[in-house]
Amino acid sequence: MNNPIEMIQPDAETQARFEKIAQGLKKRHAASRRLKTYGIMAIVTAISFLAILLTTIISNGYTAIQQTELQITLTIPAEKLQYDDGAIDPVKARNFNWNGLIKKAFLAEFPDVTAMLDQRALGEILSKNAGYDLRRLIEAKGSIPVGETKVWIKTSDDVDMLMKGRLDRNLDEAQRRLSNQQIGWIDSLVADDRIRLVFNDTFFTAADSREPESAGVLGATVGSVMALFVTVLLALPVAVMAAVYLEYFAPPGRVTDFIEVNINNLAAVPSIVFGLLGLAVFLGFFGMPRSAPLVGGMVLALMTLPTIIIATRASIRAVPTSIRDAALGLGASRMQAAIDHILPLAAPGILTGTIIGIAQALGETAPLIMIGMVAFIVDVPATLTDPATALPVQIYIWSDSAERAFYERSSLAIMVLLTFLITMNISAVLLRRKFEKKW
Amino acid sequence: MRFTPLIAGMIASLALSTAAQARDQISIVGSSTVYPFSTIAAEKFGQSSGFKTPVIEATGTGGGMKLFCKGIGVEYPDVTNASRAIKSKEAKMCADAGVAFQEFIVGNDGIAFANSLKGQHFEISIAHVAAALAAELPFQADGASDATPNQLKTWADVDAYTAKRIGGDLAGLPNIPVSIMVPPPTSGTRDAMGELFMKHGWKKLGLDGSGYKKLREDGAAIEVGENDSLIIEKLVADQNMFGVFGYSFFDQNRDKVQAALLDGVELNFENVASYKYPAARPLFFYVKKAHVGVIPGLKEFINEFVSEKAMGLDGYLFPAGLVPLSEDGFAKQVVARDAL
Repeated sequence: MNNPIEMIQPDAETQARFEKIAQGLKKRHAASRRLKTYGIMAIVTAISFLAILLTTIISNGYTAIQQTELQITLTIPAEKLQYDDGAIDPVKARNFNWNGLIKKAFLAEFPDVTAMLDQRALGEILSKNAGYDLRRLIEAKGSIPVGETKVWIKTSDDVDMLMKGRLDRNLDEAQRRLSNQQIGWIDSLVADDRIRLVFNDTFFTAADSREPESAGVLGATVGSVMALFVTVLLALPVAVMAAVYLEYFAPPGRVTDFIEVNINNLAAVPSIVFGLLGLAVFLGFFGMPRSAPLVGGMVLALMTLPTIIIATRASIRAVPTSIRDAALGLGASRMQAAIDHILPLAAPGILTGTIIGIAQALGETAPLIMIGMVAFIVDVPATLTDPATALPVQIYIWSDSAERAFYERSSLAIMVLLTFLITMNISAVLLRRKFEKKW
Repeated sequence: MRFTPLIAGMIASLALSTAAQARDQISIVGSSTVYPFSTIAAEKFGQSSGFKTPVIEATGTGGGMKLFCKGIGVEYPDVTNASRAIKSKEAKMCADAGVAFQEFIVGNDGIAFANSLKGQHFEISIAHVAAALAAELPFQADGASDATPNQLKTWADVDAYTAKRIGGDLAGLPNIPVSIMVPPPTSGTRDAMGELFMKHGWKKLGLDGSGYKKLREDGAAIEVGENDSLIIEKLVADQNMFGVFGYSFFDQNRDKVQAALLDGVELNFENVASYKYPAARPLFFYVKKAHVGVIPGLKEFINEFVSEKAMGLDGYLFPAGLVPLSEDGFAKQVVARDAL
């Protein structure tokens, strides 16, 4: 058969209608092209903002991956640090003036610097924690090197900034953190190959410090991991049970509607409110310790609960009712149907929801302020009740520090945080792809 | 049942929290101005004493006092930092909770009134600052009675008004809008600013009453959070803006900002130490007496903080921007320390 339109000769009226449609069609095509352009423009705008953000963070932070070190030749007086049998005495090692030893050795290399103020200025090239670093190095080694040894010691943050080109040496001397004299010494050390830039491993193996060169993100990372562990432990089972109840057991009616509305409301509550709740209930009423990742995790669990409940309900609803009906029809109880048949099928969705909720919690600072996790904490937490901070908190604290070197470190910490977030989100996508079932 | 181990884990972790009630770590709260000094002392203490490093939160002076005065026991902080002396209201709160405390002065600080290095260097009187910031000012040259909302839009206006009130020459301030970033009300720096800039400047303007207490709300005074780095960034971005913050921050950022000459006195170390600088102030910390000897290391930490090697002219807090006490002042702190 041929096309019926060709067969019937259209009358004038139909012809006019066809033309009208053809004209309209042009307009409609134009409109949809415009919409497409707007869409592309919106995406380009969003991507360029993201690109600007990432470039700023990376260009501010990439230098923090390196740390400036200075080579010093010194002799460690073993007799002042050892027991009689040659092992290192920790008490003696703690009380020994390591900083003095390093400073003396360093000053000895500049015999023409004699005035007290000049000597002090020279000493400012060294890290204030140089002595502590050397002590830990020796303690980790377990033995004291005999005779003259060459060691690489961290420089102060100001020297670090100069070496990385983040301190403008063309500025007026009074407006610079390093004097002409100090820059002269540094240049002579550079000429002697006694200053080097090395990988900043401290950043990944230490917790917070007041000296940028000794500060790291390990403490905050461990704190975050601990808090999120508690969050998952509490939020996941509670949320899944709540969702199963609401989907399968709750009698439809006003009470259920009321609960549903409130879960959605809860998802929109500003996170600081959960912090206030944590302060009043967990710290005030239950007397739990301040600054502990346990409490942080509990507060974040409250915050992520609605997210997980909503995701779980959606994925339970996505499981065809026929599966439940078949289970019930074969004599399974409602609980057996829910736990043995529905939940395993809904698991990928639940998992995705949980990971997204946890990723959200990882980026939170506001609720942690109230419960004392926004604090200066030098020791890496070992248990759930040790004081700890979290990654975003560490970024916040560093960005508020006066020392310029913290600025680049906070950018590097942002990169670490983003890496975690991206990993979590990608794994959520991959898990969903792998386990998702289509009916 | 597959949920059983999870539930068991939950119960176990809750039990763990109630078991770990004793605290072997000093807990410090309070002023964000004292925070940089307190943290340095704490880190040194942690490195050299064998005790754990104290945990320090920057809650602002007011917030710190609230936590500190709540009571005695491991759940309450041992020390609170303050960038002003304790208020009588707070002392009463402490007394009501049975908290006895010892006051220590850490050192001195000067409040900077600063703008970007690219802007004009101001040589002004605190009267100018007060006139620029007060919510209401009397505009008739004769009367202090009929105050009207502050209409001084530019620094040139402020200059003309101040010259009219206190007599003398114009300070040569430019015709740029008044825009000043001030610390939030929970900050001790704000309290000290109210006293040193506003109250004293108000008197200099020949005014009495308490009109200085209210800052203008027409956008000329901008309240910013306790983040001093942010203030510096904003000052660099907008050279017409001014910011109010502590000496240590100014000292660290000399390559970006300049402090105004106040009443002819430069903001520097000597002028703060001698209190010639009109906005110089002491910094404090308060120790809970009942916790000394109970919290491990508290006494030793005070000994570390209140010492020549920390607070002195040669001390390690000096490079961070702390202006040391006079010899007499320091001797008093040592007496208080030893009596603890």
